[in-house]
Amino acid sequence: MSAAAGDGATPIVQLVDIVKTYRRGAQIVPVLSGISFDIAAGEFLALMGPSGSGKSTLLNLIAGIDRPDSGQLVVAGNDIGTMDERELADWRARNIGFIFQFYNLMPVLDALENVELPLLLTGLSRSARRERARVALDMVGLSDRIDHKPSELSGGQQQRVAIARALVTDPTLIVADEPTGDLDRESASDVLALLQRLNSETGKTIVMVTHDQRAAQHAHAIMHLEKGELSSRQELVNA
Amino acid sequence: MYVALLILRNTLRHKLRTFLTIVGLVVAIVAFGLLQTVVGAWYAGVNAASSARLVTRHAVSLVFSLPITYREKLRSVDGVRRVAAGNWFGGIYKEPKNFFPQFALEAGYLAMYPEYLVPESEFKDWQRDRKGAIVGRKLAQTYGFRIGDTVTLKGTIFPGNWDFVVRGIYDGREPSTDTSQFFFHWEYLNETLRATVPRRANLAGWFVVELDDAMRAAEVSRDIDAMFRNSNAETITETEKAFQLGFVSMTEAIVVVIRAVSFLVIFIIMAVMANTMAMTARERLSEYATLKALGFGPGFLALLICGESLAISMIGGGLGIAATFPIAHAFAQAMGSLFPVFNISPATIAMQFAAAALVGLVAALAPGWKAMHVRIVDGLRSAG
Repeated sequence: MSAAAGDGATPIVQLVDIVKTYRRGAQIVPVLSGISFDIAAGEFLALMGPSGSGKSTLLNLIAGIDRPDSGQLVVAGNDIGTMDERELADWRARNIGFIFQFYNLMPVLDALENVELPLLLTGLSRSARRERARVALDMVGLSDRIDHKPSELSGGQQQRVAIARALVTDPTLIVADEPTGDLDRESASDVLALLQRLNSETGKTIVMVTHDQRAAQHAHAIMHLEKGELSSRQELVNA
Repeated sequence: MYVALLILRNTLRHKLRTFLTIVGLVVAIVAFGLLQTVVGAWYAGVNAASSARLVTRHAVSLVFSLPITYREKLRSVDGVRRVAAGNWFGGIYKEPKNFFPQFALEAGYLAMYPEYLVPESEFKDWQRDRKGAIVGRKLAQTYGFRIGDTVTLKGTIFPGNWDFVVRGIYDGREPSTDTSQFFFHWEYLNETLRATVPRRANLAGWFVVELDDAMRAAEVSRDIDAMFRNSNAETITETEKAFQLGFVSMTEAIVVVIRAVSFLVIFIIMAVMANTMAMTARERLSEYATLKALGFGPGFLALLICGESLAISMIGGGLGIAATFPIAHAFAQAMGSLFPVFNISPATIAMQFAAAALVGLVAALAPGWKAMHVRIVDGLRSAG
């Protein structure tokens, strides 16, 4: 099944007949079965589906941290399926901002240093890196917590640091895997509102995997996966 | 700077684990250094010996003496500059446990040993006093001998009580020079024996032969031994180094075991350290996966792990090297005169340093490889 990007806008992600399988012992388990769809630039897309439907695998493929068995995957104008590991790592550093369910911050670094981390790959001077990290933390409302370690921050604050880290390199695409999965309702609501605001103010394309229907309602569209296939695309009024 | 900070903070992340690993490293590096120093002390006599001096002794055994008349014959051999006789005395100072080497030396013997530094006035005093003795600085400090003191030794090989007057104290030119010896006049021993046990007089335990040219040692040794072939007292002549090595070779097996144990200690701490680093890397797999997802390459991860492993091993190594000095000093004190020269050599320190670095690098190999090759999706799955 295939689906087009909303409103026919320029696609930033193009998936053509993507197939992905996993090997479990001698058994080959199909995860994604010939998926094709586009994601438009500036879109905030939620991927939903039951456990094992392949939504996280799909997100990993789009983010360039996993490879399809077959099919074409073009993100930000690059056919990432043809890149070697080194090229892919460089590409991710330039184009992808990651937000994980468990934040994945470096526990020994404070908020500012965590946000500064991806900028080490940019060749910026230390002062420039720190300045950009400060701006990013300011954008997520944590300018008063820059010298706090992750263990000194609440879950919601840690996730906001992670969002700042995802933003700081000015990536083409932000991928978020269950970004509210480990948060209470209030923190989750704050984080989702922040993602929504960043999408509308900076025009960042966001692809978010979630189990939570309420979280998905913050996106422009919800794409449902079932048993490795796209079952439907639902446009929301947020767009 | 940022990376160094990250490595340092990772090192201090599990303080107790890091502390215990460092303690283990300190113990291992101290043990390694101490055992290497014991081996060095074993060979101290060999290392201090000269290749320009020969030792001529009885061909059967050192237990048998040579006639003192050999001295003039030895002097006549081409290539020989100086000759002097010596005897092992083997006396007891107060109690048998107070062991130190005592030698009866002919006039001119000490002149062949420029590594023994005796003030000229003290040397002249010694030469003038038939009962005079020159003692090493370490020996003097151990038993509180001072210039003018009378030291009585109870002879075991040469019966009777023998009184000596300390006329000089010598220092070593090199740190490896043995300063725990006691020297007195061979003439005093010989005159006394002539009066008390005439059949044991006019005999030398060995002769020390100084060469004009050290390169001719083999040739001169051959000539000397040829000269006394088929005589009543055939000789064996060898360089002083070979002579000393002969003593050490009797205990070679012990030295080999000590050396093996010293390396075994390093191997054990290497396994302990590798386990620590493996645990560390396993716990941080999701962090390594995150770094890879952010675009950091395998080399960066290897740098983090190697850096942390090296930081721990070098801190442990540094503390171990520093602790070796007081421990070796205490050990030498406890051993008494067993090891007259017990110095931690620069080579031992270098080996300790290298061992610490090697432990750090080897311990980082397996976890480094694992982190470098972890699939991002697998590593991220271990989070939470």
